[in-house]
Amino acid sequence: MDSKVTKISGTAIPLVGNDIDTDRIIPARYLKAVTFDGLGAHVFADDRSQLQGQHPFDMPIYQGAKVLLVNSNFGCGSSREHAPQAIAKWGIQIMVGESFSEIFFGNCVMLGIPCLTVSPETASRLQLMVQENPQTLVTVDLVAQQVSCGDFSDAININEGARQQFIAGTWDACGQLVANGAKIKEVADRLPYLNFG
Amino acid sequence: MSKSTLFDKVWDLHNVGTLPSGQTQLFIGLHLVHEVTSPQAFAMLRERNLKVMYPDRTVATVDHIVPTENQVRPFADGLAEEMIQHLERNTKEHNIRFYNVGSGSQGIVHVIAPEQGLTQPGMTIACGDSHTSTHGAFGAISFGIGTSQVRDVLASQTLALSKLKVRRVEVNGKLLPGVYAKDVALHIIRKLGVNGGVGYAYEFAGTTFDKMNMEERMTVCNMAIEGGARCGYVNPDQVTYDYLAGRDFAPKGQQWDEAVAWWNSLRSDADAVYDDVVVFDAADIAPTVTWGITPGQGISIDENIPMLDAIPDGEKETAKEAYQYMDLQPGQSLVGMKVDVCFVGSCTNGRISDLREAARVAAGRQVVAGIKAFIVPGSERVKLQAEAEGLDKIFTAAGFEWREAGCSMCLAMNPDKLVGRQISASSSNRNFKGRQGSSSGRTLLMSPAMVVAAAVTGTITDVRSLLN
Repeated sequence: MDSKVTKISGTAIPLVGNDIDTDRIIPARYLKAVTFDGLGAHVFADDRSQLQGQHPFDMPIYQGAKVLLVNSNFGCGSSREHAPQAIAKWGIQIMVGESFSEIFFGNCVMLGIPCLTVSPETASRLQLMVQENPQTLVTVDLVAQQVSCGDFSDAININEGARQQFIAGTWDACGQLVANGAKIKEVADRLPYLNFG
Repeated sequence: MSKSTLFDKVWDLHNVGTLPSGQTQLFIGLHLVHEVTSPQAFAMLRERNLKVMYPDRTVATVDHIVPTENQVRPFADGLAEEMIQHLERNTKEHNIRFYNVGSGSQGIVHVIAPEQGLTQPGMTIACGDSHTSTHGAFGAISFGIGTSQVRDVLASQTLALSKLKVRRVEVNGKLLPGVYAKDVALHIIRKLGVNGGVGYAYEFAGTTFDKMNMEERMTVCNMAIEGGARCGYVNPDQVTYDYLAGRDFAPKGQQWDEAVAWWNSLRSDADAVYDDVVVFDAADIAPTVTWGITPGQGISIDENIPMLDAIPDGEKETAKEAYQYMDLQPGQSLVGMKVDVCFVGSCTNGRISDLREAARVAAGRQVVAGIKAFIVPGSERVKLQAEAEGLDKIFTAAGFEWREAGCSMCLAMNPDKLVGRQISASSSNRNFKGRQGSSSGRTLLMSPAMVVAAAVTGTITDVRSLLN
């Protein structure tokens, strides 16, 4: 399987609101499991049940969306990877918003899901464009560092290290990290506290 | 770019090398593991035929799913039982030290590591829990990670990371009576915003922090993440060393002296360069309570809930959502608001000094009839210490339930949950919608002393009116 993530194009789902925390993305009761299986069905469980079908993740027009459009501080709160797992298992492959919480961003990288930041105006504008025409395609290009939707396009930002990981397909760094065992040992040997006690 | 801060020094010491992506491969000196975010990581190790590289730098406990009333095994909740069994199996298979329920040392992961002296200055510490920032109180670089990163640390004792910027958050002056570390944390988050710290490590400094004890410093560092900062820390000093000396895993004898000299060398230099500096005055901080659905939506107990006009444009929508969810009106005071549940505990405020402050307010008073009020020690050791001091007697005489150690109602992954629209006065760290186990439940965050004040008066009350 090719793990490179360079360009994603698809319909989008707008989720308006700042500070949407990971407890809302996946309530804690769904964390009582030893696998990530089945989380996609429960993404935004409480918000969805309260909106009785009117939550974007329940609206038929947004089914099949690949791009999630959010606002500021998305994914704040708990470090639970269950949150991006649930979003990914629902079908989302990429997220664009004003800002993302640090831990959530890192968890998304580990799953091969880029989170790109844009200006507040662009975040809102993209959401509006998709609300007005849910069939419109949103294209995110990590190489050109650009998001486009119809005639509109704007620059996207992402931590350069993470961008390189996506483009090179090395976002699952586990093997790379383990392979540096000798260098790891060198560092361990020079840390005073590993010899305490 | 920051220079010569503790963050820079500790980062450089743990730098294994630069990865092809340009990121740093960072050595993690202490990996803390718990039952919720680890089973999938161990499963991934098995799938890839990998071993735990440094089992002796890995420590596990069970906290989130532990019932705080009846701890008889098997747990009544089959899912909780399955999770603890997985941790028991995984720690045994990989030869990882595990503090199980009943071991005498179990508790919330961010309470037990400091109390055993596992947490030390100059370390890098990671755990699959966002409140790992707590350990920064010792001058460690400490942060929360997700499950795939738990896998990476298990497999390689390292992570692929990009360096954070450093903001010095200075608070100066003496805290007024009735004002606690929790109020300092809520004040900072309120002022800098819940996303103000994204991309930053917070260095907490100034005379207010100099005078704080270690548990108070832990409370503030614990909540750095609520301000968006993945990592918060305080430079180590004599207060740190006095706390550490003699603890189980602290260096002893000649090693102690060498350690102190090394720790002192890690403090941010006088001419350190920061990416940003903000300064607060301790005298401006009053008992603080959240009224909304983010930890940044707080007010001092003397203030009223802000009018929409007074809220910055970018925060107006969340404020509207909060008024509605909490069923509160702009301009209203929180004083006199009835509460249903009062909870003292959590990795923010479940340590012995928190329980002492709570007991000071509870002594000789009674929980108002109809209110469910309970005290959950952060660890088995905290529980034992509190009982040795007679605090449990003070609480039970006042009508509080005295529980076993665990995360309890901070996140309600166990039987402790809100029901329906109940309102909770809570010493925990998050007031998110649905956080405490009911999808419509409401949480007001405050100091343990303020929680007890609410319990004994039945309403949100300025604890200063109850203190002599």
